Amino acid sequence: MQPEFDEVYDTSLVGAVSQFNAGAQVVAAGFLANKPVLALADGNILLIEPNQRVAAHPDGAVLLAHIDDQRVVTGGDDGRVVVTRADASTLEIGNEKGRWIDALTVRNDGAIAWSAGKHVRARDAKGVVKSHEAPSTVRGLGFLPKGYRLAMSHYNGVSLWFPNTEGAPDVLKWPGSHLDLTISPDGLFCVTSMQENALHGWRISDKKDMRMTGYPGKTRSFSFSHDGQWLATSGADACVVWPFQTKDGPMGKPPRECGVRPFKVSQVAFHPEAPVIAIGYEDGWILLCRLADGAELLVRAGLGEGEELSPRNRPSVSALAWDKGGHKLLFGLETGEAGILTLG
Amino acid sequence: MSEKIPVTVLTGYLGAGKTTLLNRILSEDHGHKFAVIVNEFGEIGIDNELIVGADEEVFEMNNGCICCTVRGDLIRIIEGLMRRKGKFDAIIVETTGLADPAPVAQTFFVDQDVQDQARLDAVVTVADAKWLADRLRDAPEAKNQIAFADVIILNKMDLVTPEELREVEARIRAINPYAKLHKTSRCAVPLDAVLGRNAFDLDRILEIEPSFLEVDDHDHHGHDHGHDHGHDHGLKHYHDEEMQSFSFLIDGEVDPARFMPWINLIVQREGPSILRSKGILAFKGEDKRFVFQGVHMILDGDLQREWRPDEKRVSKIVFIGRNLKEDDLRSGFMACAANPAQ
Repeated sequence: MQPEFDEVYDTSLVGAVSQFNAGAQVVAAGFLANKPVLALADGNILLIEPNQRVAAHPDGAVLLAHIDDQRVVTGGDDGRVVVTRADASTLEIGNEKGRWIDALTVRNDGAIAWSAGKHVRARDAKGVVKSHEAPSTVRGLGFLPKGYRLAMSHYNGVSLWFPNTEGAPDVLKWPGSHLDLTISPDGLFCVTSMQENALHGWRISDKKDMRMTGYPGKTRSFSFSHDGQWLATSGADACVVWPFQTKDGPMGKPPRECGVRPFKVSQVAFHPEAPVIAIGYEDGWILLCRLADGAELLVRAGLGEGEELSPRNRPSVSALAWDKGGHKLLFGLETGEAGILTLG
Repeated sequence: MSEKIPVTVLTGYLGAGKTTLLNRILSEDHGHKFAVIVNEFGEIGIDNELIVGADEEVFEMNNGCICCTVRGDLIRIIEGLMRRKGKFDAIIVETTGLADPAPVAQTFFVDQDVQDQARLDAVVTVADAKWLADRLRDAPEAKNQIAFADVIILNKMDLVTPEELREVEARIRAINPYAKLHKTSRCAVPLDAVLGRNAFDLDRILEIEPSFLEVDDHDHHGHDHGHDHGHDHGLKHYHDEEMQSFSFLIDGEVDPARFMPWINLIVQREGPSILRSKGILAFKGEDKRFVFQGVHMILDGDLQREWRPDEKRVSKIVFIGRNLKEDDLRSGFMACAANPAQ
C-alpha cells in the first residue's frame, strides 16, 4: 500500500471513451453479432446499438450471463436459463422452478451448461439436456476444449463429467469450498477460486495440485491470455498474472503484478490478440496494462481522492469485455455506469 | 447508523414456532421490505417478494481453525441478493430446527464480501414452553440454540401453568442468563423485540444489556404479559451439567499485555466448547473501554467510547459454552489484573 499513490497517468485514453448509464447494475458485458451488449441485474439485456432493452427475466434478477457473438445466455434468480439473440428474441432453455441459477458456462459449438444447487444440466448444441447431481452446490462450470466434457467446482474439489456417458465423473480433490472455475485454452489446466482467498489449480492429466495464494480478497474474475500463456486474476490490489507457458503451469514461478493501486481489482480481461490486460477496480477505475513492461493507460477514473468505499458507494467495475479484434472495450459498473473505449 | 443490511437469524427447535414468528414479522404493517432465506418453501403463508431457498451447506474453512465453519449457501445467497439492492432493507435467515447457529454467525465474521454488505443483527431463538425442558435433555441442538441466542422467545406459554413457565425460564437462565427473554403465546412479540437489536455491534453491547456489569441480575422485567409473577418468587437456580455461562469480574483494570495473549490462547484452545464470549474491559492507561465478542474461535474486539467519569473502571468477561473449565478461566482472567492486590 503506497500512502502517497500517484494517480496521474502519462497516457490517457479517457478521450476515446463514450460513457452512458445502463440504468441498472451491470452483470456482464460482451459483443453479440459485433455489437455491444450488457446483461443487467434488473433482468434486462441492453442491446446498446440500437438502444433496446430485452426483458429476458421479467420480475427476476440476472445472476449470471455469458455473451458471445451468437447469443446472450443468462441465468436468473427466477430459476430460468434464457437465450437472447441479436434480433431481441428470447428463448427459455432451462427452468429450475424458482431455484437460483448458481453457475453457467457456454461453449462455442452452442452447448450450454448451468447449475442450480447440486443439480447440473448440460445441453448440447442439438438441445439434448443431460443431468448430473454433484456432491454439493456447484459454483463454477467450464467445458473442456476437447471432447464433450464439463468441469464443475464444488465443496472439496472439481468433478469432470462426460454428459454423454454413464460413468461416474473423475474428481480433482482439494479440501475447501471452490467457487469460480476456469479451464486453460489448451485444456491442460483447471483453476478454481476458493473461499480462503486463494486459487487452486490442477494439471488435469495427472491431477497434480497447484496452490496460488496470497490474495487479500476472493478472486472472482479470471482471464487467460489469447495464447493461453498467462492467467490474469482479480482479488488483490494489483492484477496478479500467473505464468502458464510450460507443462508445469505456474509451479515454482512467481506471478507478475501489474496495475498496482490502493484498491482491489474486481475485473480482468485479456486483450484477444495482444499481451495487454484491461483491469477494473472496486473504486471504479479502469486501466489497460501492458504485460511486457507494466505500462499503464487510463481508461476511466473512478472515486477521487478522499472519497471512500462504503456499502452505499461501491462503484465496483463488474463487467469488462473486448470485441473480437480487440478494437473496443466495453465496461460496466455495479452502479449502472458503463462505457465503450474505441481504440484508434 | 450502519448502511449495511441487517440480518436476523431465526432459530428454534422443531415445532417451537419459528414459522409463526416469521409469518408475524412479515404480515405486520411495519414498512420494512424483507428478503427471507428459508429452508422449507411453502410454510410461509404470506406473500413476500423475496423468499430464497437455502441448503444449509456448512463448510469448514482451511485456516487451521477446526471450529471455523461457515454457511456456504448463505455467502452465495447474500451475493445474489445484492443484485436486488434497494428492493429490501433487511434479511431474515430461518434455520432448520436442528441447525447450529454458529456457522451462520461465523459467516458474518469470516467472509469479507458478506461483511462489506451485511451485518449480523441478532440470533433469535424461539423455544416451546411446554417441551423445551425435555429437548434440553435429549437434543443438543436445542441447547445450542438457547446458549447462542441474543433474544429468546419463550412461546406457547398459554399451554403451561405459571409454575411450569417459571421452571422452564429457570432452565433457560441456567444456560444463558444474558439473552433478552420474552414470554409469549403464538409468538406475539413487538417487532422491535426481534429486529434492530444490534446484538453484534460492539458499540451497543452495553446498551443491549444494561445489566451487563451488574452481577446476578436475571432481567425478568420489561416483558410482562399479565403473567409477571413479581420478583419475590425469584427464579430457581438450576445448574446445567453440560452447558454453562460464567462471568468473571475484576474490580479494576486489566493489563492488556497479559489479557490479549490470554484471551487469544483461551479461544484457540477452548474455542470448540465456547459458544459465545463477550467482555468489557478497562485497560491500564487507556481512556477508552475495550469491548470484545466472540463466536467459538473468532474474536472481534476494539477500543470503544471513553469511560465516563461516573463509571467505575471494572473489567468483566462472560463465556457461554459446553463443559467450560470454570476454575481455569477464572484464575487465568484474574491473573490479567493490572493490580493483582485489588
